[in-house]
Amino acid sequence: MNWTAIKAIYTFEMTRFFRTITQSIISPVLSTSLYFVVFGAAIGSRIDEVEGVSYGAFIVPGLIMLSVITQSISNASFGIYFPKFIGTVYELLSAPINFFEIVIGYVGAAATKALFIGTIILITAFFFVDITIQHPIAMVAFLILTCISFALMGFIIGIWAGNFEQLQLVPLLIVTPLVFLGGSFYSISMLPPVWQVISHFNPVVYLISGFRWAFFGSADVPILTSLLAIALFTALCLGVIWWIFRTGWRLRA
Amino acid sequence: MPTILDIQDLRKSYAGGFEALKGVDLQIEKGEILALLGPNGAGKTTLISTVCGITTATSGKVTVGGHDIHDDFRAARSMIGLVPQEINLEPFEKVINTVRFSRGLFGRPADEAKLEKILRQLSLWDKKDSQIRELSGGMKRRVLIAKALSHDPQVLFLDEPTAGVDVELRKDMWEIVAGLKASGVTIILTTHYIEEAEAIADRIGVIARGELLLVEEKDKLMARLGKKQLEVQLTEPITEIPLALQSPDVELSADGQALIYTYDTNAERTGITKLLAKVAESGLVLRDVATRQSSLEDIFVGMLKEDAA
Ligand SMILES: Nc1ncnc2c1ncn2[C@@H]1O[C@H](COP(=O)(O)OP(=O)(O)O)[C@@H](O)[C@H]1O
Ligand SMILES: [Mg+2]
Repeated sequence: MNWTAIKAIYTFEMTRFFRTITQSIISPVLSTSLYFVVFGAAIGSRIDEVEGVSYGAFIVPGLIMLSVITQSISNASFGIYFPKFIGTVYELLSAPINFFEIVIGYVGAAATKALFIGTIILITAFFFVDITIQHPIAMVAFLILTCISFALMGFIIGIWAGNFEQLQLVPLLIVTPLVFLGGSFYSISMLPPVWQVISHFNPVVYLISGFRWAFFGSADVPILTSLLAIALFTALCLGVIWWIFRTGWRLRA
Repeated sequence: MPTILDIQDLRKSYAGGFEALKGVDLQIEKGEILALLGPNGAGKTTLISTVCGITTATSGKVTVGGHDIHDDFRAARSMIGLVPQEINLEPFEKVINTVRFSRGLFGRPADEAKLEKILRQLSLWDKKDSQIRELSGGMKRRVLIAKALSHDPQVLFLDEPTAGVDVELRKDMWEIVAGLKASGVTIILTTHYIEEAEAIADRIGVIARGELLLVEEKDKLMARLGKKQLEVQLTEPITEIPLALQSPDVELSADGQALIYTYDTNAERTGITKLLAKVAESGLVLRDVATRQSSLEDIFVGMLKEDAA
């Protein structure tokens, strides 16, 4: 393993992030605050409690997941797409590194950024609602795993994308709807039975449910099912990465 | 001098079947400057990209310092620095950061003193904290060179380092290349200017349509350039050149039917009159005479035509 090279990629990517640090912090703080005002205050005043938790607190795990998933994907996909777009990818391809080292560098940096933003949202949330986290270690583990697995997915999208439209396509058409319909702002049990069944085909439901369990100790689906779901998803992404490595797909002519 | 880069029967077909390299064989000696001369589309960039790992070869074998570029890619690539043809740089990045990145990417431990030396050598030190987009075109090209040098390569590829660069900068670039050679780096550069190859190379390779047409020492090549051949066809074949005609410039054709005289068109006297007089003196009977340019001239004329098209 060429750790020096991995560190170089990681540091370079993080520098880009810190160059726009104010923007990186302000925008999640602002949007989270807006969510609390709109959902927490407006809707929350009509819904007292969901599963024994105040509505304001109930949406916190979903809100974090929403941002973390979108951020992981967009950071990682942009991270690898940008060098392809401006041509600096020649350096990655001619360096004495293999594909996995490239993946670790970019995915690691993208996951770190997403984790950073997730943490900021959590801190912001503390200003609006009272939350006690039941299983802090599980919460952190879940968060990190989510960051990594979606950064892997983002990396794949970035390799695949041939232009900026394609780069936005998957997040916009697939991920965002799945996340919004994944129970960020409601409990699946609040839905009519048909939609409950349909929801179980949405992988994000398992993530948000598991994450919520770490917060409040109760969930829509059993925690083990959630763990299994995210493990499967990570394995799937790793499988695709392995295949890209084997074939050099979309990287080398 | 030992061979540092060995390319054997290298072929590259792009998706769609276009054959950009048709079996290239090339050996580069340690410490030399080789200029690859060829028109646009000849396959120069493809050759470099394949050696550096940016594209994969269809077949063939390449070793750098004895390391196979495929089986032992880490060792092989560690030895190579590449300055690409296009100015590929992140516009918002600082000069020093992008150079640091390159060094790290090649697995070399941080060494600020080394980077300072490189940047000073390229007159970039006062620009080290500038963003790339603030630099002029010539300076951007130097940044690319600094990145390539940051990890102490032993072989440096410069892909058309002076294309679209003004005369003064071109001279600068030549000086930089000479300085690098002096520090022991082996340099392969591509160009489509004959004068450029003439100015800085030790050897010149001519490439066209994916084939390496010839590789020769510059001095010999230049000596051959500008030369013409006079073919004196005889009515009766002879077995050896008559004494009066014997000279290093006169050869007998394989079938003995013609004498071939090589002369310099730029010289004060071509010596043709004298030669023909001697032919008559020796009792030989002329059937016909013809002149032609050396094969090299043909190649270059062909290249220029292609360039103009
Ligand atoms: N990625 C590619 N796909 C298909 N054809 C290519 C590709 N890159 C280069 N070529 C073709 O290969 C030939 C050689 O190109 P190149 O190596 O860039 O030449 P040079 O650098 O000598 O100008 C050209 O005809 C070019 O059109
Ligand atoms: Mg080229």
